[in-house]
Amino acid sequence: MIHVLAFYLFAVMTIASGAITILSRNPVHSVLWLILAFFNAAGLMVLAGAEFIAMLLVIVYVGAVAVLFLFVVMMLDIDFAELRAGFVRYMPFGALVAVVLLCEMVLGIGAYRAGNLKLGTPDGTAATPVGASNIEAIGALLYSRYLFLFEAAGLILLVAMIGAIVLTHRQRSDTRGQNISKQVARRPDEATVNVKPEVGQGVTL
Amino acid sequence: MIGVEHYVVVSSILFVLGVLGIFLNRKNVIVILMAIELILLAVNLNLVAFSAFLGDLTGQIFAMFVLTVAAGEAAVGLAILVIYFRGRGTIAVDDVNRMKG
Repeated sequence: MIHVLAFYLFAVMTIASGAITILSRNPVHSVLWLILAFFNAAGLMVLAGAEFIAMLLVIVYVGAVAVLFLFVVMMLDIDFAELRAGFVRYMPFGALVAVVLLCEMVLGIGAYRAGNLKLGTPDGTAATPVGASNIEAIGALLYSRYLFLFEAAGLILLVAMIGAIVLTHRQRSDTRGQNISKQVARRPDEATVNVKPEVGQGVTL
Repeated sequence: MIGVEHYVVVSSILFVLGVLGIFLNRKNVIVILMAIELILLAVNLNLVAFSAFLGDLTGQIFAMFVLTVAAGEAAVGLAILVIYFRGRGTIAVDDVNRMKG
């Protein structure tokens, strides 16, 4: 009973906050509602027994992606009222497309539920071992069968990181940065001079 | 009892909301990116639900990879957004036709 109640709570909250995310007037509010949607989706995943993905969702999405969004929204000085100009004009067509898409999907789910679809059935090679927790089973699978895919995922993150840095990096002309190669190439004989000043004469610089 | 169909209905509603968000906020690329995140969240929910109810962990592994790609996409997308804003002073994307493609 409590399971069903929790499912409906999380589901309703996820959908409601998703709807407010796209309808909200202020993008900062959108990001905050998006965070709530992520939290509730993580709750749904916990209910399904996938704790690891749920925690990953909270850490990666809420901790990194949503904060990145928030950072960009607040950093850029944007006139958001102007950007909402076509909102009402696009509403009928967008709602039509959305309703049609939803009807198609619900029809597909109905067909699945009727049980006449021959979907692939798991062969048991990726099943959770008896007595193992979700994290344990995922770790065992990830570091054996999906090791190369896992490495590829790391490579994708590396490329994305380098791409983001290269895109946003700019050479500023109004700052005096450190020129390391020039510093390293400096020799004592061109940087310092030995002088023997006469007493009472002073030195010329 | 809650079955896999319940999860799939929730995730399809979330998916449709994401698509609707792209249509409604056609100018505001930040909200478009957020709508894409909603779509990816729906896909993840779907993968996790089927994985849990079929007793096969492959879906959860795949959800992890989707998460990875979503994080990379958000980072690069926002970087592009920042340099676009630097050059144009606005983020209205419905008239991005500089390259006349």
